[in-house]
Amino acid sequence: MQDVVIIGAGIIGSFLAHDLSKYDLKVCVIDKENDVANETTMANSAIVHSGHDPKDDTLKAKLNLRGNEMYEDICKKLHVDFKRIGAYVVATNDEELEELSRLYEQSKRRNVPVRYVEREELVKNEPNISDIAIRAIDLPSTGIIYPWEVAIALMEVAVANGVDLHLGEEVTAIEKSENGYKVITSKGVIETKYVLNAAGVFADDIYRMVSDNVEFDITPRKGEYFVLDKLNQPLVNHILYPIPSQKGKGVLVLPTTHGNTLLGPSSDFVDDKKGINNTSDYLGYVRREVGKLVKNVPMDKVIRNFAGLRPTSSTHDFIIEEAKDAPNFINVAGIESPGLASAPAISEYVIETILKNKLALVKKSDAIDSLPPITDMKKLTEEERNAKIKEDPRYGHIICRCEQISEGEIVEAIHRNVGATSVKSIKKRVRPGMGRCQGGFCEPLVVEILARELAKQKNDIVYDDVESNVLVAKKGA
Amino acid sequence: MVCINCPMSCHLKVTLEDGQVKAVSGNTCPRGETYAIKELTNPTRMLTSTVNIKGAIHNGLPVITSGDIPKDKIFDVMKEITAAEVCAPVKINDVIIKDVCGLGVDIIASRSMEKVND
Amino acid sequence: MREVDVVVIGGGSAGLAAACKCKEEGIENVVVLERDKELGGILNQCIHNGFGLHTFNEELSGPAYAERFIDKAKALNVECKLNTMVTHISKDKVVEYVNPEEGYVRVQAKAIVLAMGCRERTRGAISIPGYRPVGVYNAGTAQRYLNMDGYLVGKRVFILGSGDIGLIMARRMTLEGAKVLGVAEIMPYSNGLARNMKQCLEDFDIPLYLSHTITNIEGKERVSGVTISEVDSNRNVVPGTEKHFDVDTLLLSVGLIPENSLTEEAEIEMNPVTKGAMVNESYETSIPGIFACGNVLHVHDLVDFVSAEGAKAGESAARYIREELKSAGGFNCKAKQNVSYVMPTRINVENVKDKVEFLFRVRVQARNATLNLYKDGELFRSIPKRHVAPAEMEKLIMKKSDLEGIKESFEIELVVD
Repeated sequence: MQDVVIIGAGIIGSFLAHDLSKYDLKVCVIDKENDVANETTMANSAIVHSGHDPKDDTLKAKLNLRGNEMYEDICKKLHVDFKRIGAYVVATNDEELEELSRLYEQSKRRNVPVRYVEREELVKNEPNISDIAIRAIDLPSTGIIYPWEVAIALMEVAVANGVDLHLGEEVTAIEKSENGYKVITSKGVIETKYVLNAAGVFADDIYRMVSDNVEFDITPRKGEYFVLDKLNQPLVNHILYPIPSQKGKGVLVLPTTHGNTLLGPSSDFVDDKKGINNTSDYLGYVRREVGKLVKNVPMDKVIRNFAGLRPTSSTHDFIIEEAKDAPNFINVAGIESPGLASAPAISEYVIETILKNKLALVKKSDAIDSLPPITDMKKLTEEERNAKIKEDPRYGHIICRCEQISEGEIVEAIHRNVGATSVKSIKKRVRPGMGRCQGGFCEPLVVEILARELAKQKNDIVYDDVESNVLVAKKGA
Repeated sequence: MVCINCPMSCHLKVTLEDGQVKAVSGNTCPRGETYAIKELTNPTRMLTSTVNIKGAIHNGLPVITSGDIPKDKIFDVMKEITAAEVCAPVKINDVIIKDVCGLGVDIIASRSMEKVND
Repeated sequence: MREVDVVVIGGGSAGLAAACKCKEEGIENVVVLERDKELGGILNQCIHNGFGLHTFNEELSGPAYAERFIDKAKALNVECKLNTMVTHISKDKVVEYVNPEEGYVRVQAKAIVLAMGCRERTRGAISIPGYRPVGVYNAGTAQRYLNMDGYLVGKRVFILGSGDIGLIMARRMTLEGAKVLGVAEIMPYSNGLARNMKQCLEDFDIPLYLSHTITNIEGKERVSGVTISEVDSNRNVVPGTEKHFDVDTLLLSVGLIPENSLTEEAEIEMNPVTKGAMVNESYETSIPGIFACGNVLHVHDLVDFVSAEGAKAGESAARYIREELKSAGGFNCKAKQNVSYVMPTRINVENVKDKVEFLFRVRVQARNATLNLYKDGELFRSIPKRHVAPAEMEKLIMKKSDLEGIKESFEIELVVD
């Protein structure tokens, strides 16, 4: 019998698992995906927003502000890069100037650090700013992270503290039971007292398993992006936002913590909750919109497109509450932007305002706060690197030439407590395949290392989910 | 037909009578005529593939036919190549399959592979 | 810090030819740094034949061609470091590399030869719409999996791009039992050699769709199908021309890009057309003593030309060390109408021994065209060309005496009737 079952191992499920792992509770996380952080957490703008933008008196506003405060410490503990590079919201005409001053006032009111930036300074700090940019506000508390790096690090701590992680297991039904719920999955039955529904775009479907009166819908809202290669001269130094519209924050331009540039997202309601395809229409839209913010965009440096789905709720706010007709079933749903920025605060809110009233939460004495990170050779001094290679020569064997990742780092990723089992999960942890060759050179080597370390045949190695074998057959078979 | 001897890609016009080549035109060099006659009367190909190899740096040993084989025998020869297996070391030009499919042509190694401990 | 005469970065066809030539020129201390576990570069996975007609006057497989150069390098005692990744080169020719045995090491070179080859253009670079499932591979990656590792990436295959690697893989996968349903080429003509069109597609009844491109990739986990559409003369998709194919694999053969991150880090002057360095008649880059050759300089169609270029760069490195090269001065070589680029981009006649071999590519496919050569803007010579195509590199040999006296520029243009 579990105390808490968390459905969904995205950024929200990971924060919940991590935070609850500090207490004397039996916690289990279930996700149908083959890895942590594999859907919405894997495909978004990767920004810790300042909290300037959400409407007044919403959970979004409240939790965004709190989340932004919390990230720096959390990332330090988890050894994950978080960079407060700041953001500019850029106005390009009179109408937008009005909206800009409204955002300025709103930020002031919320104690979000903010100041005006006039065109002259804008051009100085952002040489590629578009010619139509008039004025901006600077939101220096805005930061960038890689969301899946945070989620994986959180889940590793959770698992080290005893959380039971079930990946590749789909919840097919939930039945009410005497003490709580029976969660029926593709692999078995898990009994639990409490259910936390952090199932992202599927949260309404999960809720429907216990309720006939589901009061909200989650509609996937697709965002499409371009990723640019590392550039010798950065395209932008800050996150650049246009003036927000009905459709959201608009098409952004931003650097990533690993030195790439992100262009996007578009915004398009879709029916398919797995509909993460790119379309030429929306890629074209992103291309055009980006031109309003910056010039000299080196589109010949595009290395990848992707698309993610925002779980947009019919209430237009986060839904974080116990289900009315299902006691001890707690929805953590509709976590679209600023969901990533709010994530640590969402978990805190669930625990402090809901679970604390229901459960005796006793801190474990032996819970850990962090694990040593996977060796990052790039961050070591030359002496440290050479000591590492002397100890284990695999750290001197570069597998990914674009990102310069060694065999030793890949092997470490495989043998973590939330270890990589697929090509994509290695890419998420240590980055081979993230570079300009997109795995063209390193993927065969990564497949070879995975097969060796997991004692499998090469053709049993998957790219992502269980069906996605990289190689379909042995030659001649 | 298009001549494949060089990038010129001359468009050849071939007159056939009772399956025999009567005349070739459109070629700019004599190789065009030779090619046309061969291709229409007895098309042949060099075939390259790999043979499974044990104890070498890769799983596949590149091989090549020692001479042309009839085009319509390609898949028969592939069957024998697929069934074959060798162990390292192998030297370039070592015969891997003698007189493949009775065609009078051998399958030979097209590189050397040393024995490796792996 | 160890000091060496010449560091050659890359042990493929260009690098090996360069290193061998350095040795033959009497340079003692030549080191080849190769990232792979064996020498030979990409040739090792190109098991088909047709290599070496110019160099050896016979048709060899890729590995056999490589083996000749590897043997030569061994005979000449060229020092080759395998599993060795160069992480940085500096303007003053300090090369930083890493390997499992030595860790991170810096060496001071008198001269450097860049021979890092190229990489394949990816799906991301051309923004093909659709899902991003497993089953979309660069043709070269699929070739490696099949020819070296012994595995097929799929059983029902469609190929985008009629470049030679794509055509070769169409045949190769067919021979291994896969079904290749077609090849789509966005241009109205094929980008591959006529021989490969015939022997890789026609022999196996594989259709070629000219003026077509991929407009959708289906399948969430694994490719389940692709849609192709016709494009108009401006390469815009024509609605209503969609054709669907049920496949589990899409191979891409959509171009090669010189692998120049090290070159760019060293702030060597680059050519935006070739995506390689600007070089002079000695294959010397904008930094004296750093040379470039092979596919890292510009993408070739024939390995024989790569080896020849490597040898020239190697010879130049030797001459540089012997202080026989003048780095400054000279005139520019430019591409005019219908010519995309001219290699080399600068010539100092004083460095030329007897002739200069220009390599260039045209922008159009044509029969009965004329090449016009201009010296300082004045027409100097016209050469009739029976056949030109963008996919085929053109070679032009000019005697030293023809180039003497040029002050500003030498230009090549192509006039099509």
